[in-house]
Amino acid sequence: MLNFLPLSSPQARRWSWPWVITLGYLSVMLILPAIALIQKSLSLGFSEFWQIATQPMALSAYNVTFLTALAAAGVNGVMGTVIAWVLVRYDFPGRRIVDALVDLPFALPTAVAGLALATVYSDRGWVGSWFAPLGVKIAYTRLGVFLAMVFISLPFVVRTLQPVLQAMETEVEAAARSLGATPGQVFRRVILPPLMPPILTGVALGFSRAVGEYGSVVLIASSMPFRDLIAPVLVFQRLEQYDYAGATVVGTVLLLGSLAALLVINRLQQWGRYYASR
Amino acid sequence: MSIIVENISKQFGQFQALDRVSLTIPDGKLVALLGPSGSGKSTLLRAIAGLEPPDQGRIWINDQDMTHLNVEQRQIGFVFQHYALFKHLTVRQNIAFGLEIRKINRPDIRQRVNELLDLIQLAGLGDRYPIQLSGGQRQRVALARALAVQPQVLLLDEPFGALDAQVRKDLRRWLRNLHHEVNVTSVFVTHDQEEAMEVADEIVVMNEGKIEQIGSPQTIYDYPATPFVMKFVGEVNVIPSFLHQPQGLPHDIFVRPHGVKLQTQVTDTSIPAKIIQIIHRGRDIYLELSLLDRIPFMAQMNRDEWQALTMPADQWVQVELLQPITFPQASASPHRLPADSVTAA
Repeated sequence: MLNFLPLSSPQARRWSWPWVITLGYLSVMLILPAIALIQKSLSLGFSEFWQIATQPMALSAYNVTFLTALAAAGVNGVMGTVIAWVLVRYDFPGRRIVDALVDLPFALPTAVAGLALATVYSDRGWVGSWFAPLGVKIAYTRLGVFLAMVFISLPFVVRTLQPVLQAMETEVEAAARSLGATPGQVFRRVILPPLMPPILTGVALGFSRAVGEYGSVVLIASSMPFRDLIAPVLVFQRLEQYDYAGATVVGTVLLLGSLAALLVINRLQQWGRYYASR
Repeated sequence: MSIIVENISKQFGQFQALDRVSLTIPDGKLVALLGPSGSGKSTLLRAIAGLEPPDQGRIWINDQDMTHLNVEQRQIGFVFQHYALFKHLTVRQNIAFGLEIRKINRPDIRQRVNELLDLIQLAGLGDRYPIQLSGGQRQRVALARALAVQPQVLLLDEPFGALDAQVRKDLRRWLRNLHHEVNVTSVFVTHDQEEAMEVADEIVVMNEGKIEQIGSPQTIYDYPATPFVMKFVGEVNVIPSFLHQPQGLPHDIFVRPHGVKLQTQVTDTSIPAKIIQIIHRGRDIYLELSLLDRIPFMAQMNRDEWQALTMPADQWVQVELLQPITFPQASASPHRLPADSVTAA
């Protein structure tokens, strides 16, 4: 992200090569496409934009996208913390393999992930067949969307938390216990507070990744409007119907949503640095 | 509050860290556990604290059996080598931590924290974070945090180990004075014999998981119980037994560098030595010698003695052992030898 902070260096430095290259690269890669999208959707005029942006089908798609992504990121906030804790604090055979496995959602093409999840969680899949008799359908419902989002956003919390946990002195915990704190109090008052910024950063990163997910969700969801249709798929459907205006409007809303999430991440990271420098 | 350690053993894999150690620390004393790394001193301290459960034996603090109590139930104060301060809390919040856990009301906590800030001479820095303090200041905060809960005993694991030489010296003196003021039974671990001598009332010398000797700094230095103590505490020369075995003394002879006299005339008891190097260490002169041109030997004397000595042209002097010590069968008390029992082979 660009930060228009006053530079402490002399004015001439502002036009140094690294600065020009950075600005040029970011302009071409990030800023221009974003502006083009917004400009195109705004060319409709505000009232029409608002009307398309707030269609019931679009609202439902935002709801599915953002709320499910939030839930998935939240679940990974807890589970990722547990996994990072186990990977750093426990020694067990195969730890390195499990550690490497955490990155699988990064490495796997998302369509492959969607296919694998759909196979396991469909009514006849290994896991899905256990839930089907209970009347719980996983694949091709919003639950499936949630699972796909959990899968692809899993590594973020683990990877942001691991280095912080590794740097944490275990003596601090012993010190707290010698002062009379029970294990629960040690966790709440000594371990957790310094971990909150990296956990929140991981959650926010996972959230924005989940909001943007397309490939795996499209395979595990039925993509029925008002049920499990996510906004990125809606954009694609609009394009297929040659409804460019509709696609750009929904796209713009998605863009603004992601931008808001990224701004939150930036704040969290600043908070984390401020915290870590203490 | 007294500490009684009864027959404590601890093994880490194949390594015997503590081997049936028993120890009594009387109320109000400041005691040093002194030994090289791996001697078991830290393990013993952690066992007393409840941070390292022993394999066998019992621990009593203030006549209460603590063996099976957790660290948080033992009412001890523990100070770590690397401070272990809570980085996300201010100095004030760090010191208040134990008091908040005990649910003491806020005005009382405030007052106690203020008292402790005065005690550690950091009254103006209460709102700083640990990272904004120097090493010496951090360790004082760690001490205040441990003292805040009014522990029965104060345990310090190499408390000055991470500090640089000058700060370490200041803090040693400060700890001594603090102990006089607070008078809580304190045990600290160190591998630095000078530190142990300067700070402690009593020194417990440890080696290979066992206690070699317990005594005041003076006793430990002047009457070492074992060859290990003799070598570990202060500088010492060892004259191997083969040098004088024909005369019927099958033991190595130990002598401090200042326990010798150099002269030019040959006597019945003097040993010839060659001067290798002369080292000026302030007001003392150290001579690196080679006894019989074979055994490295250090002699120490003050400036006046050095100037009184007329240096022979051939660099050979006669060494007279004034305070030689032997340890027959490593018995509990060292035997002082009359000076004339040592002869050169």
